[in-house]
Amino acid sequence: MKRKLQSLTFWKIVAGIIIASGLYATYIRFTQGLGASTHLSDQFPWGLWIGFDILCGVGLAAGGFTLAAIVHIFNIKRFEPILRPTILTAFLGYVLVIVALLFDLGRPLQIWHAIIMWNPHSVMFEVAWCVMLYTTVLALEFSPVVLEKFNLTRPLKIIKRMTAPLIILGVLLSTLHQSSLGSLYLIVPEKLYALWYTPYLPVFFYVSAISVGCAMVIMESFLSSKAFKKGLEMNLLTEIGRIIVVMLAVLLTMKLMDLSNREAFPLLLLPRWETYMYWLEIGVGIIAPLVLLSIPKVRQNSTGLFAGALLVIIGFVVNRLNISITGMEAWAKVSYFPSWMEIAITLMIVTTGFVVFSLAARYLPVFKHGADPKAARPHGFEEELLYLSQSRHVEVV
Amino acid sequence: MKSQRALLIDTTLCIGCNACQDACKAQNHLPVGEEKKLTATAYTALEEHDGVFVRRMCQHCVTPTCASVCPVGAFTKTPEGPVLYDESKCIGCRYCIQACPFQVPKYEWSNNYPRIQKCRFCAERLAQGLPTACAEACPTGATTFGDRDDLIREAHKRIAAEPGKYIDKIYGVQEVGGTSILYLSSVPFEQLGFTTKLENMVMPMYTWNALSKIPSVVSVGGVFLYGIWWITNRRTEVQRLERSLENLDKKNTNHNDN
Repeated sequence: MKRKLQSLTFWKIVAGIIIASGLYATYIRFTQGLGASTHLSDQFPWGLWIGFDILCGVGLAAGGFTLAAIVHIFNIKRFEPILRPTILTAFLGYVLVIVALLFDLGRPLQIWHAIIMWNPHSVMFEVAWCVMLYTTVLALEFSPVVLEKFNLTRPLKIIKRMTAPLIILGVLLSTLHQSSLGSLYLIVPEKLYALWYTPYLPVFFYVSAISVGCAMVIMESFLSSKAFKKGLEMNLLTEIGRIIVVMLAVLLTMKLMDLSNREAFPLLLLPRWETYMYWLEIGVGIIAPLVLLSIPKVRQNSTGLFAGALLVIIGFVVNRLNISITGMEAWAKVSYFPSWMEIAITLMIVTTGFVVFSLAARYLPVFKHGADPKAARPHGFEEELLYLSQSRHVEVV
Repeated sequence: MKSQRALLIDTTLCIGCNACQDACKAQNHLPVGEEKKLTATAYTALEEHDGVFVRRMCQHCVTPTCASVCPVGAFTKTPEGPVLYDESKCIGCRYCIQACPFQVPKYEWSNNYPRIQKCRFCAERLAQGLPTACAEACPTGATTFGDRDDLIREAHKRIAAEPGKYIDKIYGVQEVGGTSILYLSSVPFEQLGFTTKLENMVMPMYTWNALSKIPSVVSVGGVFLYGIWWITNRRTEVQRLERSLENLDKKNTNHNDN
């Protein structure tokens, strides 16, 4: 008990320090501008906030549309118990992406201009619209949790009836903007290093988003099970692990085919910083988890599955930072490393995500199966009982 | 159609007097002082490469990359030639800085409400029928102002007249689909810090190839997803119906047994 209390205080202190330094950096950012708070320059206009907060943030929230499609479109209802926390993660992820964008934009007060000033030729315009619409869709997908809490049956019924079109819209919007984040870089063929620049950037972004979205579902389940002392849906997570294997195999095959088409294989052996970073991304983020998770024993073991998911997430983050930072440095002839304020604000945003998630999980029926009679499965009543019998009281931290 | 306005910059005639930058700064009310690079306070700058002076400025592309990437359409290519930036629209995403193939747009990093800064091709002067301030100030004729087609003809004439002096290339005719600023040189352009890989690459086409697929992704994807949903949902419904029928049968048999 005492030890538990100590560890609790430790994390609270860490979170406190992060938020305090983040708030100070926020003050500098909004009073003295981007030049005073970041290491960005005319040579390197996009840094950590675009590379991590936006590119990774949106990708890591991809579990939302993937699992929603599995449950509601492919109608595999046994995944429903982990859908709500996933939708919550995705919704928070998107809200935080928008918050991060307000830090990064030079004129954040004019962010709404994208609504009325259209430029359909701009990838950024399309991403802006998709993110706006999809955040709304996610809010609606998550709304039953809030409506249940306050027993608002009529709006609940309306939302439930809208489920199928909402989910389809969500999948379409996600497909568009997950891939379009890759399309952003199609305009810089002479700037982005050849290991990463390919006309298939949007496809790679999409496929890797699905695999990392699945990895995030696993990660989020593990963290929740630790934090809220609830059981792990190992059988479901193992199956998610299998989806990851398929997606990683598809991604690796496409990447190899693309390198071969562009005759870029020799680049893999050049003794350059970019080469090492590329190998890191492929080795840690694709090959290692692909091998690990292909082994049934590893997949069915909670530590093995967790390790595999963690590798996928690390590899994904390295990939996005490679494209946004590593791959642009040689051309820009500058080396970019974020300022402490850029890092502090990023950490603050991530910490806020964790705090809001745990608050929502504490006060809202997030880990409760939506009580929809239609959702009752034809088979597996026993599993349902098993699920309900698992100790799942939420301990107040 | 009236042809576009353009500048022909003959680097062999430039003596590096900096009159163009001085005139530009006066015209655009920018802080006075010689600058050797394009910055937020220098719309044009003289670079020196092994004794050759090269004027840098916005190329005013025929199909501008900045105008295509800007999410709120803050850049416009006017029919006369200038590519203009409207700060009242700008949200500050800096995609234009990232995307410009000539590294032209510069940002007011120290400003808390920053603008993009770049050459405006003296649009107001052009509207009055005047040449740009830099062309008017140039004492040697290194920068000349005129119709784009006329200037291309003039450049060809100069190359033909002195083939030993010039290399046989006009930079800006083909680059990124053509620009309104044309250059002549006596040494290969890559030695003057020019990107020479951009010939015939109309940059906006790279992203448009992806963007133009959106309608088909949405329509095919939508139909596909709806179809799957319809099939899987129907299957569940049929199964439920069958089970309730079974239960009904069981009930009936039980009833009959009793």
